[in-house]
Amino acid sequence: MLLTRTFPTLLAAWALLFSATGQAGVREDQLAAYASAAKAANAGFAGFSAERGKTLHTQNFSGGKPDTPACTACHGKDPRGSGRTPTGKTIDAVAVSVTPTRYTDPAKVEKWFKRNCTEVLGRVCTAQEKGDWLTYMLGQ
Amino acid sequence: MMNIPYRPIFLVLLVLVFSALVLGRARAGGDHYFAPVAHATVKAECGSCHLAYAPSMLPARSWTHMMANLDKHFGDDASVDPKLATEITAYLVANAGDQGGQRYGAKLLRGVSPTSTPQRITELPRWIKEHREVSAQEWKHKDVRTKANCVACHARAERGYYDE
Repeated sequence: MLLTRTFPTLLAAWALLFSATGQAGVREDQLAAYASAAKAANAGFAGFSAERGKTLHTQNFSGGKPDTPACTACHGKDPRGSGRTPTGKTIDAVAVSVTPTRYTDPAKVEKWFKRNCTEVLGRVCTAQEKGDWLTYMLGQ
Repeated sequence: MMNIPYRPIFLVLLVLVFSALVLGRARAGGDHYFAPVAHATVKAECGSCHLAYAPSMLPARSWTHMMANLDKHFGDDASVDPKLATEITAYLVANAGDQGGQRYGAKLLRGVSPTSTPQRITELPRWIKEHREVSAQEWKHKDVRTKANCVACHARAERGYYDE
């Protein structure tokens, strides 16, 4: 009885400790990885820009699916507001200030970049684009 | 000779059978209860774009086919990590409407030919029949838009209830 109660508590505490110390680092590591990839692709790479990230987030593309010409088609115009999938599911705000748990799992970030860039742009995003977008959202 | 009281025994049995039937239905939430996904990975992976549909809503062969063709998932590339895909498929198949989820899905799967592999829950004969009174206008409503949006009308769909 005691064990069954204590164990989940300990596990939760451990997870909390881990996520609290690990979160910031994980995002920075992923940005750093995008930066080296961007540099490898373009020698003139001079860092990420939240401004370019904002443009990427809001601009219309013609290469993807007609239903989703821009990121904002599902995520909404305001990054701090929640979005909506075509089937009606609410999407948590993309801004870190509103959804602090975001971008703490690099594999998940990559999964959604792959999926959403394909749908909106009709191609995968470059490391530069991913870094710009992430920089924009981390500052929102 | 012992005098066996047939009448009381019969009455007691009748009451028992009746209660079992009623309770059984209540536990299953009537005909409109489909046990929701109770697997964290399946819920996360199948529930980010749409409601994580109850596995009992389709037969096992449908889930197997769907999971093998996630790169062409109703017009989207919804591929997942192969290891996750195996895990998800196993759960969906085990709880499919013709497997472990039979007591929930049997009615919905009525009229489905055993040789067909339905992919859209909304094209099952029974689903169509149950929704025949919903007008085209209602389907187009801005809060509905697609038949995949169960929650628009069935507020408790996430918890498995589709009675309203």
